Amino acid sequence: MSTRVIVKAEFLGGLDSIFGGIKETKCTVEANDSTLPTIKDLIKHITDHLLVSPNDYCVFIQEDTVRPGILVLINDTDWELEGELDYELESGDVVTFTSTLHGG
Amino acid sequence: MPSAVKINALCELCHCRKAVMRRPKNLQKLCKECFIHVFETEIHRTIQREHLFYRGESVAIGASGGKDSTVLAAVMKTLNERYDYGLHLILLSIDEGIVGYRDDSLATVKRNQSQYEMPLEIVSYKQLYDWTMDEIVACSGIKSSCTYCGVLRRQALDRGALKLEVHHVITGHNADDMAETVLLNILRGDTARIEQSVNITTNSQGSPVKRSKPFKYAYEKEIVLYAHYRKLDYFSTECTYAPEAFRGTARTLLKNLELVRPSCILDIIHSGEQLKLKHKRRNASSEMEVRSNGSVSLPNKDGNRCERCGYLSTNRICKACILLEGLEINRAKVQIDGTSVDGAAKLTKTLEHLAF
Ligand SMILES: [Zn+2]
Ligand SMILES: [Zn+2]
Repeated sequence: MSTRVIVKAEFLGGLDSIFGGIKETKCTVEANDSTLPTIKDLIKHITDHLLVSPNDYCVFIQEDTVRPGILVLINDTDWELEGELDYELESGDVVTFTSTLHGG
Repeated sequence: MPSAVKINALCELCHCRKAVMRRPKNLQKLCKECFIHVFETEIHRTIQREHLFYRGESVAIGASGGKDSTVLAAVMKTLNERYDYGLHLILLSIDEGIVGYRDDSLATVKRNQSQYEMPLEIVSYKQLYDWTMDEIVACSGIKSSCTYCGVLRRQALDRGALKLEVHHVITGHNADDMAETVLLNILRGDTARIEQSVNITTNSQGSPVKRSKPFKYAYEKEIVLYAHYRKLDYFSTECTYAPEAFRGTARTLLKNLELVRPSCILDIIHSGEQLKLKHKRRNASSEMEVRSNGSVSLPNKDGNRCERCGYLSTNRICKACILLEGLEINRAKVQIDGTSVDGAAKLTKTLEHLAF
């Protein structure tokens, strides 16, 4: 059983600045056991592979989850309604991270 | 693939479409269409309840190209047409002269101009003050750039509005901004500012231009969601000159509180609205309040004018002129000995002691 999915990650609201200006990218996410990969695995993939400077880790992550003030949408639905970190990814999912903290 | 939508995932208003978001203020789950409608309707109710506008009024939207003012322009255009307010809406932008930041955001405002079919006026610090923010920072250092910029922007918006013969400027300040300001004023012990900081409309004493914040009760999160769902074109890069550290700390605190108790943003605003100062020694409060019933409280009879520039000021010389004077001295010194002069901190101290 394959536990590998390909999803699209988007970084909006100025968040692209910590990912070298990348606004969207395809991510191949694998779970580290036989279960389906979750958002938690995607976030690990992002911090391991896409984050340019380790100093910016705290701009994205706080206490093992996405920092408050960054909106997470899974296929346009707020991840609060989808189980947040435990949401099981499906190939083709679009996960959008939008910073709400930048000036208005 | 998720073929059927679970019952508890349905919108709590229309009960037929999938819920995509949960409102922070009441935890109601809504679909995209219902959310957009509810968001707009609440702004309309605020406008009605507070009597923000009158038919035929010319209103300038302080437009930065950022999310808040872009959503404000989009919502105002929608409501003006839907409810026939009869408003004449104009975009008013300030060019602070920050290369690489303001250039890009002004490009966004110019696109908004055609997207929303509104006239656009841009006033620049350079043309008003003969200084760009880049020059100010080069001269006085990065530390107090926000203080400088804030003082200059306030005047610039007023002057821009008057140039257009507009007497009402609306800005995109949202509920998070309001709560943050209340929190900051409490943390600094600046109690005199709490009361005025939560007013939806303020009018500097005797000023011909009043300011309103139609998004006073709108959550930042909902503004971002609204922009996302309506695919609005906005600009989001932090200003090159980092914001004041203490304000950033207060914002982080607020976001952490919101996570635990989403209603806290509106609760803080509510607390701010209920706090009333004991009226013992009001030293020259420069703001007058336009109450929701249209009456006005005037702290002083007449507004004084700045001796230098004629702008309304409670002091003999207005804040902007004091600031510019300090800069001119620095610029002269820099030109003479070629070294940077650190007069900025002292100047900031002087400014803090003046009532706005
Ligand atoms: Zn609905
Ligand atoms: Zn002056």
